[in-house]
Amino acid sequence: MNLSKRSQKKFFEQFFGFGFLRLCMLAIIVILVIIFYDIISKSWGVISWEFLTQLPRKGMTEGGILPTIVGTVLVTIITAVLSVPLGMGCAIYLNEYAKVNKLTRLIRISIRNLSGVPSIVYGLFGVALFVEMMHLGTCILSSGLTLGLMTLPWTITASEEALKGVPMSYREGSLALGATQWQTIRTNVLPYAIPGMLTGTILGLARAAGETAPILFTGAAFSLPGLPKSLFDQFMAMPYHLYIMSTQHHAIVKVRPIAYGTALVLVSIVFLMNLSAIILRYHLRKARQE
Amino acid sequence: MNAARFKEKFVQRAFLFNGILVIMILAGIFLLLVINALPTFKDVSLKEFLTGTNWNPSSDYNPAYGIVSMVVSTFMVTIGSLVIAVPIGIGTAAYLSDVAHPKVREIAKPVVEILAGIPSVVIGFLGIVMVGPFIAKLTGTYSGLNALNGSILLAVMALPTIVSLSEDALANVPKSFQEASLALGASHWQTLVRVKLAAASSGIIAACMLGMGRAIGETMTVLMATGNAPAFPSGFLNSVRPMTSTIAIELGEVPYYTTHYHALFAIGLVLFLITFVINMIADIVLHRYERNFR
Repeated sequence: MNLSKRSQKKFFEQFFGFGFLRLCMLAIIVILVIIFYDIISKSWGVISWEFLTQLPRKGMTEGGILPTIVGTVLVTIITAVLSVPLGMGCAIYLNEYAKVNKLTRLIRISIRNLSGVPSIVYGLFGVALFVEMMHLGTCILSSGLTLGLMTLPWTITASEEALKGVPMSYREGSLALGATQWQTIRTNVLPYAIPGMLTGTILGLARAAGETAPILFTGAAFSLPGLPKSLFDQFMAMPYHLYIMSTQHHAIVKVRPIAYGTALVLVSIVFLMNLSAIILRYHLRKARQE
Repeated sequence: MNAARFKEKFVQRAFLFNGILVIMILAGIFLLLVINALPTFKDVSLKEFLTGTNWNPSSDYNPAYGIVSMVVSTFMVTIGSLVIAVPIGIGTAAYLSDVAHPKVREIAKPVVEILAGIPSVVIGFLGIVMVGPFIAKLTGTYSGLNALNGSILLAVMALPTIVSLSEDALANVPKSFQEASLALGASHWQTLVRVKLAAASSGIIAACMLGMGRAIGETMTVLMATGNAPAFPSGFLNSVRPMTSTIAIELGEVPYYTTHYHALFAIGLVLFLITFVINMIADIVLHRYERNFR
């Protein structure tokens, strides 16, 4: 009697406990569905070829968002140019050269802390270093470099994961044949690690493309008459455009559809970058298993 | 031969320098913040800055530079977000690691990754157009742009961090712990709660702290959704203005190299130090945890 009561209690406990855990998962799925449903349903009518390929007109109450797309793409390219080589280099040092010592530990602590630095603090740093100290002014270059520093810890972590995935025997075989360490890395490690490095890098760049705080004061502009002509021009960017269209514009209710459209294009670009990274990763795993 | 050895040495040095560069960047951020923050304290005493509740730098007669209101605001929205995100996050992590069918997990994990990928400005936008009106209708407040709104949005932002790191922690609990508990007659639920969650607790705490670090440093969501009234926060249904929003709003308006400009860097420095300390504590907790299983 006593025993069966206890096992009954155990059963109910598990039933409700697991039920709670399922609800938690469900909550996250529901949040995601609501977010996508709201954005897609309200922006569907706005999206058109003209919306993607025209300049804003009449005080940004009509027309397209082409300059913001161009701006975001240009800034993301600068971000990649800074953060990809430096990130890969640092990962190669940590995984291939570094010994277990205080310096290595200090580097790792720095990376973890860099990834924890708030994005607005990167913005302040960008203002102090690139805009003011290096006299670059507010421009695409300043914003791109600021975002590049912000993405650096993500690129390093992702690249190191990829390097760790290369079997030790690949290196040993090459070293045993008399190759130097750099020859080994170049011919027997990097070719196998680079696809994985790219996957992580794309994910990091997708996050950078959606960031607003670091570009607020380093180069993003409220509104510009045309497309940027050089890297030393100010630029319009999708995330910043969404911010001003939803909080700063003088006719907020009127431009709400444009804000929704911008949100959809931004989310789609970020999502496509994520998707391509995930597909790349999937093919990579399959290729490795064969 | 000598040339080859020289090249080898050179390449190694280059990579070493690349590694050290990361330390230099972190130190550089700290230094530049300090250099740009220090001139504030020619006009404002450190005590006034850290203990004053009145922030009104643009006043001509009596500018005030107290950051207590915004620090309280930051912690208010952060704690509010953790109250929402921690139970759901740990629950989801436990679901993914112990309840979900492997096939369900294959689909559910990308869902969490996609949530992590949504830009903060989009979340903030939804706070204005969706969460705000909903709160306004529910509570009868005017706009729904308040600390509660910020907390809900920050919870969404912090969830992916908490879920994926907690799940890693649960996955790292040795299988033998679970098997021993089940062999002694404990149910799956009892094993999960009393053995696995307990064994992974430091990893989960670290996950929550990193989620907290993200919430504290988040700028766009709170900037857009909390209403930005620069007064001392009086409740979750009132508008607040956290540290990050203050920098974001005022750096665009302020003339460079004034006391106000430097004070914004001082806020950035405080923000940097807070997140630094949280990250270090999470790091220490995590290291202790990893040592436990060795």
